[in-house]
Amino acid sequence: MEDSTALAPEKENQESREEGRPWDEMTAASTQDPQPGLSEHPESEQGPDTGPQPGTSPPGSPPGSSPPVHDLQGPGASPCAPPRETSPPPLALSGQHLAAQWRSDKTARAIPEAGTPHPDHLQQSSDEGESMPHQTGQSKWYAFQQLQQTDGHLYEPRDANCNNSKQEDLRCDISQEENSDSKRHLGEREPEPEPEPEPEPEPEPEAAPSMLEIAVQNAKAYLLKTSSKSGLNLYDHLSNMLTRILDEHPENAVDIIENISQDVKMSHFSKKLDTLQNENEMLPTYEIAEKQKALFLQGNLEGADQELEDEMAEYSLPNVMESAFYFEQAGVGLGTDEIYRICLALKQLTDTHPIQRCRFWGKILGLEMNYIVAEVEFHEGEDEEEVEEEDVTEERDNGESEGEEDEDELPRSLYKAPQPIPKEESRTGANRYIYFVCNEPGRPWVKLPSVTPAQIVIARKIKKFFTGRLDSPIISYPPFPGNESNYLRAQIARISAGTHVSPLGFYQFGEEEGEEEEEVESGRDNFEENPDFEGIQVVDLVESLSNWVHHVQHILPQGRCNWFNPIQKSEEEEEEDDEEKEEEKGEEPDYIEQEVGPPLLTPISEDLEIQNTPPWTTRLSSNLIPQYAVAVLRSNLWPGAYAFCNGKKFENLYIGWGHKYSPDSYAPPVPPPACQEYPNGPEITEADDPSVEEEQAFRTAQEAAALPAEESEETEEDEDDYD
Amino acid sequence: MDADSLLLSLELASGSGQGLSPDRRASLLTSLLLVKRDYRYSRVLFWGRILGLVADYYIAQGLSEDHLAPRKTLYSLNCMEWSLLPPATEEMMTQTSVVKGRFMGDPSHEYEYTELQKTNDGDKVFEEEIVIRIKEETRLVSIIDQIDKAVAIIPRGALFKSPFGPTHVNRTFEGLTLSEAKKLSSYFHFREPVDLKNKTLLEKADLDPSLDFMDSLEHDIPKGSWSIQMERGNALVVLRSLLWPGLTFYHAPGTKNCGYIYVGTGEKNMDLPFML
Repeated sequence: MEDSTALAPEKENQESREEGRPWDEMTAASTQDPQPGLSEHPESEQGPDTGPQPGTSPPGSPPGSSPPVHDLQGPGASPCAPPRETSPPPLALSGQHLAAQWRSDKTARAIPEAGTPHPDHLQQSSDEGESMPHQTGQSKWYAFQQLQQTDGHLYEPRDANCNNSKQEDLRCDISQEENSDSKRHLGEREPEPEPEPEPEPEPEPEAAPSMLEIAVQNAKAYLLKTSSKSGLNLYDHLSNMLTRILDEHPENAVDIIENISQDVKMSHFSKKLDTLQNENEMLPTYEIAEKQKALFLQGNLEGADQELEDEMAEYSLPNVMESAFYFEQAGVGLGTDEIYRICLALKQLTDTHPIQRCRFWGKILGLEMNYIVAEVEFHEGEDEEEVEEEDVTEERDNGESEGEEDEDELPRSLYKAPQPIPKEESRTGANRYIYFVCNEPGRPWVKLPSVTPAQIVIARKIKKFFTGRLDSPIISYPPFPGNESNYLRAQIARISAGTHVSPLGFYQFGEEEGEEEEEVESGRDNFEENPDFEGIQVVDLVESLSNWVHHVQHILPQGRCNWFNPIQKSEEEEEEDDEEKEEEKGEEPDYIEQEVGPPLLTPISEDLEIQNTPPWTTRLSSNLIPQYAVAVLRSNLWPGAYAFCNGKKFENLYIGWGHKYSPDSYAPPVPPPACQEYPNGPEITEADDPSVEEEQAFRTAQEAAALPAEESEETEEDEDDYD
Repeated sequence: MDADSLLLSLELASGSGQGLSPDRRASLLTSLLLVKRDYRYSRVLFWGRILGLVADYYIAQGLSEDHLAPRKTLYSLNCMEWSLLPPATEEMMTQTSVVKGRFMGDPSHEYEYTELQKTNDGDKVFEEEIVIRIKEETRLVSIIDQIDKAVAIIPRGALFKSPFGPTHVNRTFEGLTLSEAKKLSSYFHFREPVDLKNKTLLEKADLDPSLDFMDSLEHDIPKGSWSIQMERGNALVVLRSLLWPGLTFYHAPGTKNCGYIYVGTGEKNMDLPFML
């Protein structure tokens, strides 16, 4: 570092010594006669102003100095302006440029400040000097001061105030530079300025010009040092900044100088940003934008292929925006643009699938991505094929597990997995609706598989975050049968069953269908909209929970909505199962009591409390204008589940992590009880070995039958062995 | 989130479903301005909302010039009348740690907690039941303080430490770049550093003293207590705390828009290890 820096200034010194003189003179001269080459700079407008100014003071430069300026500017004038933006301009030119700025700035300032007394400025400057935190700042400041002093040296007779005002400007720059870019610049500068203060303690007037000159050149060389990172140097940067300030004449340049500096730097870099790498970085943004564009264009692209279906589809599309408005009143919901995108995505879904009814179910948050869930009902008979396919796969699974049994004579394991409870048919119970999910509006919708009771039962015992990838495995203690899509489906079923409510009277039991279902004993599970529903007062809805009813079936502990008797079923099947049943009878009661949950359309006021916490909170959306407010219902059992009702309309929405609330922390389920070993009984215990007496008694008995004597010898030998 | 740019911030943070109704929004915009004037804060943050069973607490925080100085916390039930909360103390923390369950929404509500206390009377040991009453306001203070200490975050570079100590807003902060925004190491805890002092010199070697003066998120325990997501293409990065579900931090990379909001029940998620 030392070597390189030591070499560099020397070289620079030589250069700048040659140019230093003309530069100084030139700056002085430039005020006197504004050059045509300068006219493209804004400060030349002030040239005329500054022109008369020197009249107050004797001209600092000899008249003979003007020719070199012409010489220098002649070739340099034309490239002067353009390279300023992109590359460091030639030394002399930029110097001249900067000096010109200083001058104009100074003159601009000098006029209003002429009246202010001298000491003020000095004091101010010393104050600020003290407040300069870094040592490097100090030394740099000295350097600058010297630079200015030498600069001002030439104009000495004019006005001492000017120097001070200039210093302030420049100091601003320094301190600002330190603050914003300390990392970039300080590291390189720190060792650098040390030699610079050297000339400072030499006040001898005759030595001063040369020493000061060296100091100036050192400082300038330092300022001109190109940063290895950005390829810029501070000198040009400052000159560009000042140009810009003078260009734009902002109201309070001191305050926004950081931004100016930044803008200037940004303009340097703006071209570089267009590299391949950066474009790659932005690719996902464009990708999703492209996909979402399809959503917006969808309406136009879709021709009149099947008018009938289109009509149906339009009918099935929910009015998401309207309910989003009400939910917004309630303080729930997504951003306006996101909800509109979701609305478009739902439209896409209804257009591409034979959907009878569609609803925006909600959003489940995940670790990496979220799920947007749509609840749909297909037209009659449309979804049969897919269901069959799923059954096939299940059967295959069963076959595999049976194939593992080995055909040995040894006793086989009598343990049979408990009878799997079959899942409910589509369109009934927990599988009443079909759910589609997508990660982001615009991405493809994925149909979730139908839920099995086993999944619901296990899902109740575990608590897992969703990752956002449907195929990721669920690793949990009671092993979860399936991957995340199954878990998601199970949670959706549980949340729907718990939190989908409607105002009393909106739904009524369907007469015909209800009778059919009565065989199932769990009550009627079909309902239809009440055509005579007249609405409920919003105030009533808020004040009484009994005005809200569940319209989704309760899920029994078994995992189904409708009771399925596992014992009965096993009798019907094969004889083999009968044995199994008898085994079960030993452990379990003969008759498993039917699990019964609250029937459909039960008021939520009968919901169970969670440890002194009421399961629902109702509220009016606005206390200020109660007459137009909507009733808001919030579930405390499933945080994130909301419902609103404005008297006539209602909607349910869930936005959250998909977990149930419990005041206690989650406890993993206890391990299953260890199997008892066989009880000690006649089958297990053996009789003692026959003793000698018994043998003899036996022998005597045998002798009666006249057995040969050899066998008794053998038995004796046996006895020996046993002892 | 900054009270001055509340509307934009709410829009950005709305991905988690935590919004404010229009009347709440309007009243907050009005009243926080007055709070700023009356309490002479240099900056007012809308901190969030704690959902109670009966009513919600709306929480705002006032910052002084030094951003890392202890913050003043105010709460309101109707978003118009704000009351100052006392600073949280260790004693409060231990006292309220026994309270479980949801907030009621009534600051004067008293939780009753019976504690068995052993008293030695000569040789015999008696067990006495002592009923401790804890005001909900106290619990509110300690919960807010815990959340602040645990999960209040700020992107790297948004604040800078001046050599004299105070921490200021970095005017030149122009947002994180896209690649930085995806890393937890570019986010800091918005509090006095705790872990930083315990780091070795080697670990501290690369740190920039004016920027890296707070604890980074990446060393949070347990690992994975943050969910980091890019939303709206890559135009928005959202961090959600899993330890305190309800805290959402949003930042639009390349812009100054960043902030956090807590909307939740004010309960810590103790089940986190099971859920990951």
